[in-house]
Amino acid sequence: MDQASLFSLLSFGPDGWGMRFVEGLVVTVEVSVAAYCISLVLGLIGAGAKLSNSKVARGVADLYTTLVRALPELLLLLLIYFSGADAIKFILSLISEDFDDFEINPFAAAVAALGFIGGAYMTEVMRGAILSIPNGQIEAAKACGMSRFLILRRVILPQMLRYALPGMGNLWLSATKDSSLISVLGNTQDLLFMGYRASAVTKHYGFFYSVAAILFLAITIISMIVIKMLEARVNRGYR
Amino acid sequence: MDESLALFIEIVPTLLAAVPVTLILTFLSAIIGNTLALPVAVGSLSPHFYLRYPSLFYIFVMRGTPLLAQTYLIYYGLGEFFPGTWVQKSFLWPYLRDGFWYAIFAFSLNTAGYTGEILRGAIMAVPKGEIEAARAFGFSSALIFWRVTLPRAIQICLPTMTGETILLLKATSLASLITVWEVMGTARQIQKVTFRVYEPLIAAGILYILMVFVLTRLMMIVERRINRHRLAPA
Repeated sequence: MDQASLFSLLSFGPDGWGMRFVEGLVVTVEVSVAAYCISLVLGLIGAGAKLSNSKVARGVADLYTTLVRALPELLLLLLIYFSGADAIKFILSLISEDFDDFEINPFAAAVAALGFIGGAYMTEVMRGAILSIPNGQIEAAKACGMSRFLILRRVILPQMLRYALPGMGNLWLSATKDSSLISVLGNTQDLLFMGYRASAVTKHYGFFYSVAAILFLAITIISMIVIKMLEARVNRGYR
Repeated sequence: MDESLALFIEIVPTLLAAVPVTLILTFLSAIIGNTLALPVAVGSLSPHFYLRYPSLFYIFVMRGTPLLAQTYLIYYGLGEFFPGTWVQKSFLWPYLRDGFWYAIFAFSLNTAGYTGEILRGAIMAVPKGEIEAARAFGFSSALIFWRVTLPRAIQICLPTMTGETILLLKATSLASLITVWEVMGTARQIQKVTFRVYEPLIAAGILYILMVFVLTRLMMIVERRINRHRLAPA
């Protein structure tokens, strides 16, 4: 097959795969954003737990980050994907028997799993960032009579952003790449899944996987530009 | 619960038998990848346009695309870029048919990109005074690189490399998706045979944790040995 017809396979018409790949790109970005938001929340909670005075909270947070960072993402994804669905089904079955044939949206389970994995790495980034805030800042806020929540909102969060942003940027880039793992779960319609589907149908494996890889690269390029702009913004008071 | 435990005991030997495959995947890819990382890092710092930009582009592509996409591209796609049946007739065919070598190939190239970037930063972080001192002794540029820059750079980036090797160990689980029966692949195989979801995955997870633990310990010994001149004499 010559070059021209190879690229015609990518056309946006009904016979081409172009539109499917755009849909895949959208799904990949959506999954990444959703998983990243979950990991942000888990990261904040985890960092708070790691820095808290409670031994139990610290122990749980340590266990969380150690386990997640020692296990392969693929294994964790499958484990959480299966167990999350089972756990929710079990809880629902206790409430009522109407839920017996209730199916968990595989999409939501995959996103939750990715967010859970990212949260462990995010915990470490956030912990480091909070520790980088000069202690005097927090003492000053306390001396001004701020409540703990106000200190968090007005002093800790705005200042830790400056220290956390490089790590958060890296984690966003990993989140977009890790999201490709969900294609293992079956009919996920994400970018790598589209590459798989298109190449299986047309037998042009090299070409379509390259297309998927290039689109991932495009996400990375755009993300890097945005991250650079954000970093410039949070550092604007320090240059 | 007893049933679970019995299954556990039953499957652990099978999974243990797959541990060497995971370890060979990890170490072979680490050795090849880290060796390839050296020219990539040096190239990315070269003053020559035709060396610097290809190296930087290589690092960017390897770090900017998912490893799974790279693995699929190499495993399924290589045949399209090198068409013809000559590959099947060559003496390498028994090896080229096996997913294992594609996995090694993909992981090595990926590691070369990641380590290349780390090494690049480490080479830039070598104190200028040490290089100037070597120059003052009349070292040639090649000698400066082998005797001063590279050893110092490796020393600087070793903790990061430890983390990178652990990431590689975990990443080898992706080989299960291209028919390599390492720990993860074996666990999924057991899942299919026994119709049990959790036991195989949890058993595999425990093995991975153990491997990561041992690897971390090993790298700590290496780090201590490389930094031994900095430690206070006992």
